[in-house]
Amino acid sequence: MTAPATATPLAVPAGTPFRPLGPLVYIGAGIVAFIALAAVVSFFWTPFDLLYLDYAHRSAGPGTAGHWLGTDRIGRDIATRLMVGARTTLYVGIVAVGIAAIAGTPIGIVAGMVRPGWSEVIMRANDVLLAFPALLLALILAAKYGGSVTTAMVAIGVASLPGFVRVIRSGTIQVMSTDYVLAARVAGRRAPGIAARHVLPNVSGLIIVQASSAYAIAILAEAGLSFLGLGAPASVPSWGRMLAEAQSLLTIAPLTALWPGLAIALAVLGFNLLGDGLRDRLDPQLLGR
Amino acid sequence: MIWELLRRCLIFVVSALAASLLIFWVLDSGCAPAQSALGVNGTPESVRALCTQMGLNRPFPVQYLDWLRGAARGDFGISYVSGVAIGPQVTDQLAVTFWLVLGGIVVALLIAGPLGMLSALRNGRPSGYLLSGLSQIGVAVPAFLAAILLVLVFAVRLDWLPANGYVVPAADPVQFLRHMVLPWLSLGFVQGAVLTRYVRSAVLDELGQDYLRTARAKGLTPFRALARHGLRNAAIPVLTVIGVQLVTILVGAVIIERIFTIPGIGKGLADAAERRDLLTVQGIVFTLVMIALLISFLVDVAYQLIDPRLRTAARR
Amino acid sequence: MPTSQTVEPILRVRGVTVSAGGTELVHGVDLDLMPGERVGIIGASGSGKTLTCMAVAGLLSGGLRAAGSIRLVGVATDLIGARESALAKIRGMRIGMVFQEPMTALNPTMRIGKQVAEVMRIHGTQDRRGAARATVELLNQTGLPDPERIARSYPHQLSGGQRQRVVLAIAMANGPDVLICDEPTTALDVTVQATVLALIDRRVREENAALLFISHDLAVVAEVCDRVLVMYGGHVVETGSVLQVLADPQHPHTRRLLADAELSLPGAR
Repeated sequence: MTAPATATPLAVPAGTPFRPLGPLVYIGAGIVAFIALAAVVSFFWTPFDLLYLDYAHRSAGPGTAGHWLGTDRIGRDIATRLMVGARTTLYVGIVAVGIAAIAGTPIGIVAGMVRPGWSEVIMRANDVLLAFPALLLALILAAKYGGSVTTAMVAIGVASLPGFVRVIRSGTIQVMSTDYVLAARVAGRRAPGIAARHVLPNVSGLIIVQASSAYAIAILAEAGLSFLGLGAPASVPSWGRMLAEAQSLLTIAPLTALWPGLAIALAVLGFNLLGDGLRDRLDPQLLGR
Repeated sequence: MIWELLRRCLIFVVSALAASLLIFWVLDSGCAPAQSALGVNGTPESVRALCTQMGLNRPFPVQYLDWLRGAARGDFGISYVSGVAIGPQVTDQLAVTFWLVLGGIVVALLIAGPLGMLSALRNGRPSGYLLSGLSQIGVAVPAFLAAILLVLVFAVRLDWLPANGYVVPAADPVQFLRHMVLPWLSLGFVQGAVLTRYVRSAVLDELGQDYLRTARAKGLTPFRALARHGLRNAAIPVLTVIGVQLVTILVGAVIIERIFTIPGIGKGLADAAERRDLLTVQGIVFTLVMIALLISFLVDVAYQLIDPRLRTAARR
Repeated sequence: MPTSQTVEPILRVRGVTVSAGGTELVHGVDLDLMPGERVGIIGASGSGKTLTCMAVAGLLSGGLRAAGSIRLVGVATDLIGARESALAKIRGMRIGMVFQEPMTALNPTMRIGKQVAEVMRIHGTQDRRGAARATVELLNQTGLPDPERIARSYPHQLSGGQRQRVVLAIAMANGPDVLICDEPTTALDVTVQATVLALIDRRVREENAALLFISHDLAVVAEVCDRVLVMYGGHVVETGSVLQVLADPQHPHTRRLLADAELSLPGAR
């Protein structure tokens, strides 16, 4: 009713940015692909054997005796450990984000389709969960069951859940207000049918975007947990633990701290760029803007 | 507005109760205190007997209400692992963490406010790209990496600041500040980078608003139009993020306090979790979650104060 | 009026182009606005009429650039290429503006009175107390009921028509020489359109301002304007007095606009 009858397409409202995106998405995808490739290759080949200790070259700098990135304080090859560590990072991330997506999507869809009163209840419960960040949940689980990859994954997964519920709910509300959903309802289609046929396909883009962003946060959380010794056991290489070990000999071999740190930052950057880029391409209607 | 505030209070109370129930249920230590009191000498029978005697197998609701009554007064019992009263310990630790969180969010705001605005105003220009690129990288750096790099540069290489430790502010304010600079920067840089992106997008949203064009049509320069008309509105979405960040910093203190050996609540939590001291973990988690819920409640209230549309919407 | 031909135009626009990136969107617009004269610019969406006006006000958004020459009487420099601070002194003082969308044109978190008073405080035409008094008077002049109460209100408590009156009050507060209205009634309910139009008509006459009125609706332009420019695809394709253009349209596009206007004429009144 108050909508402008003639929206002049030439008249760009003051301040609207002309944003050139594009390359950043591909950079993000490239980083992610590179890390995934390193993880996959590590199953078949690594520069050195994972258990090989080069006593002659401990805390060695990059390039020493064939160690691309040098060795740590007991002579383990850093590049090898980074490659195998990528497996841990990606694995924990996949399971954690999987938990959040698989549980969060249906909850979000339901919250977007039920009556406002029920929706409010779901969202309030969601907000309560928001008060438990991944680190806090992981510490709770670690105190109760002992720290392990499993507790880390569950903690990160549950902590990522509220984000999914929120995003999927707002996407669902958008879809529910469209004409084709109205038509489906008029045609007598029931709610589960509408959810499966109309809502889910339309919010699937949102799921992917949210998964990418949640993955970046999951990597940070996993690194933090293994930094504290609450994630992967000492026998399994992980970036966070490598960083924690390097912290103790910062004065002697600062570079050993740099590499795992760089790996973490790069992985997070990659998933963030990917998520942001995908979000920009997504139908803006669904983002509720 | 009164009704809206009451509604918010009610939501806060219900959320707090739900969270406390969750915490008590998940971290219920069962007969562990009895087990630990008897040590290796305890037979299954004697443990069971002591457990009953200590009231640890009363019905769940009774135990919960009992615990909640104590927790509401800051009494979380006595740790069966360390034998220390948990409540006073948590209070002391919280006082330390308070300074850490306060300094961290101040640094974050000092970084994000000007940089976020600048990168929005410079949007589309090289300097704008540079700023948003830097914040994108900053977001990807975990606080503990920032901490390690800062220690490496300012403590190890330059030897300007202590690498770790804590001094009570009342005892020696200068030493207190010297010890806190690196932890503050570690938390502040990373959260500042995150916040910069939100400030930027909130300000960009504002710049696209019709009323900002009206403000310029009145004769305000773009910068003054933003300062007078945009910032208050931009503050609304940014406020939520600050609330979330306070919680993130509070919990992120676990790692930062470990790195800098600061005797705060985060270090207390990590140590207790490592010792499997469920009662202490329960007390600390309860405290942290209540603070988190309180922060989001206060953010909600602040909304009502900033945005007049919400005020009247509630009045109707 | 023969005398108006000898007077110097208050606003002289010469060869103004607007481009985004390398693409030219508005091509060489010429326009003279005499003191007190009312000129309409009509054209379909995307014809470049809004861009032209934004160029005159110096309010083009980031990616858009204007070239050519825009001179305002009494201002030593050309408005195109002028410094932002120089343009800010002109806007709200010499040039007032009313926009298409009243629902979003006012700051939602600031009281109406303060938003109106601000334009006088910025340019120093009133002190604080004077501005408050003048605000009530201005709101009164725009036909708002109970102006004291309106001044204390927030935008969301007003209807679209009322908000547009407030925007007009802001635009006319410092007695500008030129009022630019960009589709001021398009977003309003049909019932309110006529009254707001009549109000603009009256206020411009009272303040003896020149009017630059943009619309896609020939009928509306015919009601308030003396002269009309027809824009199409970024060009001015026809110009003349309202009577002349209405009676004898030269360009096919004008004829089509005319035909459309005839259809919507009963609805617009």
